[in-house]
Amino acid sequence: MSRNSKLGLIIDGIIKNNPTFVLVLGMCPTLGTTTSAINGLGMGVATMCVLILSNMAISAVARFIPDKVRIPCYIVIIATFVTVVQFLLQAYVPSLYETLGLFIPLIVVNCIVLGRAEAFANKNSVIDSACDGLGVGLGFTIALTLIGLVREVLGSGSAFGFKFIQGDGMLAFVLAPGAFLVLGYLMVLFRKITKKA
Amino acid sequence: MARQSTFGNMVVSLSVICLVCAAVLGVVYCITEKPIADAELAKVNNAIAAVVPAFDNNPSDDVQVLGDSKVYTATNGGSLVGYAIQVKSSGFGGPLQMMVGFTPDGTIYNTSIISHSETPGLGAKITDDNIQPRAQVKGKNPGVNNISVSKDGGEIDAITASTITSRAFLKGVNMAYDVFKQISENNEPEQ
Repeated sequence: MSRNSKLGLIIDGIIKNNPTFVLVLGMCPTLGTTTSAINGLGMGVATMCVLILSNMAISAVARFIPDKVRIPCYIVIIATFVTVVQFLLQAYVPSLYETLGLFIPLIVVNCIVLGRAEAFANKNSVIDSACDGLGVGLGFTIALTLIGLVREVLGSGSAFGFKFIQGDGMLAFVLAPGAFLVLGYLMVLFRKITKKA
Repeated sequence: MARQSTFGNMVVSLSVICLVCAAVLGVVYCITEKPIADAELAKVNNAIAAVVPAFDNNPSDDVQVLGDSKVYTATNGGSLVGYAIQVKSSGFGGPLQMMVGFTPDGTIYNTSIISHSETPGLGAKITDDNIQPRAQVKGKNPGVNNISVSKDGGEIDAITASTITSRAFLKGVNMAYDVFKQISENNEPEQ
């Protein structure tokens, strides 16, 4: 947290504390949902909403929670927001809900959400925590969309659902091994770029 | 930062948080209950409309439940035009929910996949209406034709590299036909 401005917090979340490429947290949804760019984007946005809301709520109530029961309290708050997001998706965007399915409830145990609550939100103001949630959430969304895009282009020959190459593409990239490969190479690329900057 | 933990304040703070959260969830559930039900009904209705010939009744008002399967009856001007039968087969990645439409003589009119958890790029192609197994079962009658993949001696080509999904799909078609036979036998004496 070198810079103190709100914008600095958001940019830190995207670059210095990027959850996927730097902190390497929340790998389960990262590898599982990024079979296409749209799925990655949907998962990223859903996680970002939960992250912002839970960061704000936790930073608001952290002062009143006794130390020994803070983790159960955080989990209850996070789980509530996840369930709210799940109900809303199911009601208003059923097609996205269908593809993300199982991974929505798993946001509860995503280490990023609890990690930010424990490392940032319980020591900082509501506004700062919201900015941190937005930054880390954006970082997560960008990472997931990128991984999804690369896997979709290589694996299915399409981008955001628009097919530009006829035929099948390299199927391995849609399957689990491709997820690890793409994640690894993107992580290397990210490190190289951020080191120079 | 955090307060000293005592038994009393731990119980109070956890209870208050749980109560507030439960209240929030209750409110959101009440608001979204109807849209969720509507979205699910719309999905079933779309699947029915895709698998039987044109009808003018409301098939989802008249559902017969047989075990795991649901039977929707489609009529046009009072005469039977087809049955849409919803069955659950098990695919490569998990349950495969599908709707199979039969005309009254047992011929498959069309099929529709309601939900699946097949591998994207492989088994998930089963959602494509023009993929071999989906296109080839159209117009066939499971009572006459052997509805299984060519590898198993049947008349249907499997999706390349997705034999398990193709088998699951065809198993679902045959399950639906069994249900269709029961239904049409039950209905005949009344006519």
